[in-house]
Amino acid sequence: MTSLPESVDSKLGLVIDLDTCVGCHACVINCKEWNTGGYGSALSDGDAYGSDPLGAFLNRIHTYEVAGDSERSQIVHFPKSCLHCDDAPCVTVCPTGASFKRSEDGIVLVEENWCIGCGLCAWACPYGAREMDPGEGVMKKCTLCVDRIYNENLPEEDREPACVRACPANARHFGDLGDPESDVSRLVAERSGYDLMPEQGTRPVNKYLPPRPRRESDGISLDGLAEAERTGSDGFFGWLDRALERLG
Amino acid sequence: MKIFEYPAFNKSPKVSDEVRKTTCYMCACRCGIDVHLRDGKVRYIQGNRDHPINRGVICAKGSAGIMQQYSPARLRSPLKRVGPRGSGEFKEISWDEALETAVSWLKPIRETDPKRLAFFTGRDQSQSFTGWWAQQFGTPNYAAHGGFCSVNMAAAGIYTMGGSFWEFGQPDWERTRMLMLFGVAEDHDSNPIKTGLARLKERGAKIIAVNPVRTGYNAIADDWVGITPGTDGLFVLSLVHELLRSGKIDLEYLLRYTNAAHLVVVDDGGPRDGLLARGDDGEPLVWDRARGEAKCWKDCGIGAALSGKFEIGGGLTAIPAFELAAKKYLDSRYAPDNVEKATGIAAAKIRSIAAELAHAAFEQEIRLEQPWTDWRGERHEFMIGRPVSFHAMRGISAHSNGFQTCRAIHLLQLLLGSVECPGGFRFKPPYPKPVAAHPRPCAEHGPGRPMPGPHLGYPRGPEDLLVDDAGEPLRIDKAFSWDAPLSAHGMMHMVISNAAAGDPYGIDTLFLYMANMAWNSSMNSLGVLEMLERRDSSGEYVIPRIICADAYSSETVAYADLVLPDTTYLERHDCISLLDRPICEPDAAADAIRWPVVEPDRDVRGFQSVLIDIGARLGLPGLCKPDGSPAYADYADYMVTHQRKPGIGPLAGWRNSDESGSGRGSPNPNQLERYIENGGFWTSRVPDDALYFKPWNSAYQKWAVATGFYDEPTPYVFDLYLETLCKFRVAAQGHGARQPPDHLREQILDCFDPLPAWYPPFEDALGDGDEFPLHAVTQRPAAMYHSWGSHNAWLRQIHGDNLLYVPKEVMDAAKLDDGGWATVTSRHGKITVRVRRTAASNPRTLWTWNAIGKRKGAWALSPDAPESTNGFIVNHLIDELLPPRPNGMRWANSDPITGQAAWYDLRVRIEPASSGPASPQVPAQASPVGLGDGMLEYGKEWSE
Repeated sequence: MTSLPESVDSKLGLVIDLDTCVGCHACVINCKEWNTGGYGSALSDGDAYGSDPLGAFLNRIHTYEVAGDSERSQIVHFPKSCLHCDDAPCVTVCPTGASFKRSEDGIVLVEENWCIGCGLCAWACPYGAREMDPGEGVMKKCTLCVDRIYNENLPEEDREPACVRACPANARHFGDLGDPESDVSRLVAERSGYDLMPEQGTRPVNKYLPPRPRRESDGISLDGLAEAERTGSDGFFGWLDRALERLG
Repeated sequence: MKIFEYPAFNKSPKVSDEVRKTTCYMCACRCGIDVHLRDGKVRYIQGNRDHPINRGVICAKGSAGIMQQYSPARLRSPLKRVGPRGSGEFKEISWDEALETAVSWLKPIRETDPKRLAFFTGRDQSQSFTGWWAQQFGTPNYAAHGGFCSVNMAAAGIYTMGGSFWEFGQPDWERTRMLMLFGVAEDHDSNPIKTGLARLKERGAKIIAVNPVRTGYNAIADDWVGITPGTDGLFVLSLVHELLRSGKIDLEYLLRYTNAAHLVVVDDGGPRDGLLARGDDGEPLVWDRARGEAKCWKDCGIGAALSGKFEIGGGLTAIPAFELAAKKYLDSRYAPDNVEKATGIAAAKIRSIAAELAHAAFEQEIRLEQPWTDWRGERHEFMIGRPVSFHAMRGISAHSNGFQTCRAIHLLQLLLGSVECPGGFRFKPPYPKPVAAHPRPCAEHGPGRPMPGPHLGYPRGPEDLLVDDAGEPLRIDKAFSWDAPLSAHGMMHMVISNAAAGDPYGIDTLFLYMANMAWNSSMNSLGVLEMLERRDSSGEYVIPRIICADAYSSETVAYADLVLPDTTYLERHDCISLLDRPICEPDAAADAIRWPVVEPDRDVRGFQSVLIDIGARLGLPGLCKPDGSPAYADYADYMVTHQRKPGIGPLAGWRNSDESGSGRGSPNPNQLERYIENGGFWTSRVPDDALYFKPWNSAYQKWAVATGFYDEPTPYVFDLYLETLCKFRVAAQGHGARQPPDHLREQILDCFDPLPAWYPPFEDALGDGDEFPLHAVTQRPAAMYHSWGSHNAWLRQIHGDNLLYVPKEVMDAAKLDDGGWATVTSRHGKITVRVRRTAASNPRTLWTWNAIGKRKGAWALSPDAPESTNGFIVNHLIDELLPPRPNGMRWANSDPITGQAAWYDLRVRIEPASSGPASPQVPAQASPVGLGDGMLEYGKEWSE
């Protein structure tokens, strides 16, 4: 079994805004195209043009219909990738040490040369955030684009995960969630960001921002605003005449 | 304690050898992309941070461009059909043979009867070029795909305001307080809308989404209005009713910027009934309240009357258009209580939305300290804004009442005073551009000569229809005929059925570019396949020749006699031109290019360059120099050196030899290099005092003339009252030389209301609602655009097959099993599909994602691919014609004004079915490119 670091210097992670995610899959595919040529082996696609195409993805969007009080359901788009947990069960379950959490930034990675493809980590992860690569038989997972965020071959502004760089709806934010003064920590505080399935005791680093309260009706009544109907027995055209007089 | 030392890895791996910046083509959005190349292959595609459209972001489709570039479905060589049509059996031929074949077919057509070439382009982003080519050829039969896409939006916008929703305008994202979206799916400005919605939420602005289906943007809206399809116009006019009733309208805006005060002649049933009263100079008249006399509209601004009945001389009586409008919409038929049942929206909800609109527009007025001067010379110290905005798209457009519904939304905008003001809906240059600045359609043609004008335009009245002396259509698609007088984008969806029927005449060659007419881009797909295969008594195909240009092995390619293989979007030159569908922003004019960032590895050529080659071989004017040699080496050469008129070319940036020209200027041989250096695009910012009120703002008008959008300032007012429609009505009443056929008179009188109106979609009006009680619509998913994108190895893992989403009430009533199979029946056809229970749609509306089902063997997919076994298209349920009327005649399933295909009028019923696969099934086509196979490990060579 593999140990977790006793402490981490920073807690890099994602803050995902469920209020603006429209479920467009931009993050999913941009992640795929970056990472298939990035850290570790390619992200393979089995039977890519056949009856049962099945590829490895590090990030997926799940779409749920949520029944509420109303007659009609709400739809929630829920992006999900590795949450880089402080108490990552995928690490402690790993028999070879291939799964590990970095002490410098808290990123959970797989050292693919040591991975025997046993799949225990995927069983241990309560979030379903790990996928076996169909081509290489090694476990793939979100690396937080560890080959981007420190990459000196990229302009500084691009040193963020591909999903964050791509997201058209500004629903993904990257930063140090261990630093209470960071932009992401402030966002979590302001918007009541929450842990996914805290009862699992994994202490995830990634946070989700809940949908903002919906403003279905602002309680404004037209009758409260209305002028035309209040202004006399000559009806709309009487109001119109007086309104035009006021215009000059 | 560390148990292991982890091997160090390279934190700064090499990303690419080079980044080339070009324009995406994975959908219609046309974002800027940075293409990272490594070892001559595409390593990574990201959004261009500097680009005006996407500002760095990129969607799933754009990110999947790598798989499009290396798709096994790419055509590799010109093909000549060797099996029967539709079989997919071809042999590869050389380009010389392909081009000589094309020329041998086209030359005799041009020399004898050029209309026998029907040239229709699908998702063409070079329409200003392909249209010009067709004009030089001399065939009147050219259009792109707008007729079955969203011409209702374009036409209603141009006729009402000189600019439209779609991609020609957008909400003032930084200032609006409230946005209403109508029928907006994930295409046309998809990244800007996503970015904009996020920005609105950050600013605390409210979003209301009106759509029968609660996916995508609708899912994140503050308020979702799950309207019954085809009733949006009624809902909007009920909002209008409420705003009028309460006097919450912007009278000053109406007087200054619309034709609300223009006088309408009262001539009951007479030849001038409903036309505008005009002075001797032909300009509309208004009634000056202070002086008590009729005056030219230009000489009387806010002093004009909006109600009253006036004698205007010559024995004529006239009423301001606004009075007609107010009386119409104040009628109780538009009261919320009376539209509740048809629309499926509670009356209280309608009242509350009307109140919120009024509150946002009038209680949250914006006052920008930016002086400006209007076209009358009046200086305004402030720019006053009404921060309410709207956007609408195909859910409004694809109904037989779509034109009038879109007009109703524009009416609502005008009453609120919220177009071209801060916080409202803003045009992107070169819009606004009134009808008067657009051409009239042209079909004048003859052997061996070019047409004197462009094919598509905006008719002003019956006099501009493209019909012969007997009233018969001049065009194969019957565009601009009495069937669809304002069909500004043509009617591509009618071409194959009309050509097969020889109505109005037969053709020799059907030439299609990037259009999947033999599958998901036609109504009645099975019928279309039969028409393409149909033979006459002599055994010849009734459509004798089909040329198809495409980059991929589509369903339609299988029906071509000659296939001209196109490049991918990363291998080609293109221009996103101001002459075409530009990529501007409200604050800036912009255009862009594509250029070959990857070299083709197959024997393919960019279609536009091929068309230039064919044009030169045919000796077409404009495509040849006086000595007969080719005028352009290829499309890149055309992009730089072509001049549509002196100083105006396809690309606006860096014109003149000193590169000083923006919009106007002589060709600059280094122009493409400048574009490439600048990231593939050009922008020119609108001056600060010209940013709003563009149609009436003298600073904007001056800038627009300088940039080449107009030749002289063109101020105008918005047409709340659309006189053009009335001209057709007057004709239908028997007045004038050009008369509609008798069978269309009633329809014209019913539908061509000069004030926005609502009538039930034609399918609803057939009156068998009991037999077909449900609606069925499609939505375009965010992660896939059309059949081109849905065969993509990555995207098909998101949308590899589709289910029919069925409201829970319908599931229970029909006793359907979640995940089970069901048969859906329309008046026209029957499909068997898998169903999924939902409570997130209108309770009477079934829906699915579009363009996912595929014919076996197409797109290099395995014949047992889920796209073919479980995936389906609803096109099989929709006919291009409505059922026969009692007199035996059949009307087109289209908007009677614009000819827009009425996809979303579809009515169905549903019953359980025992099992799959999805049906109907069409036998497999052979794949001329083989099938994609096995495991893909893209990027393996770069992993460290």
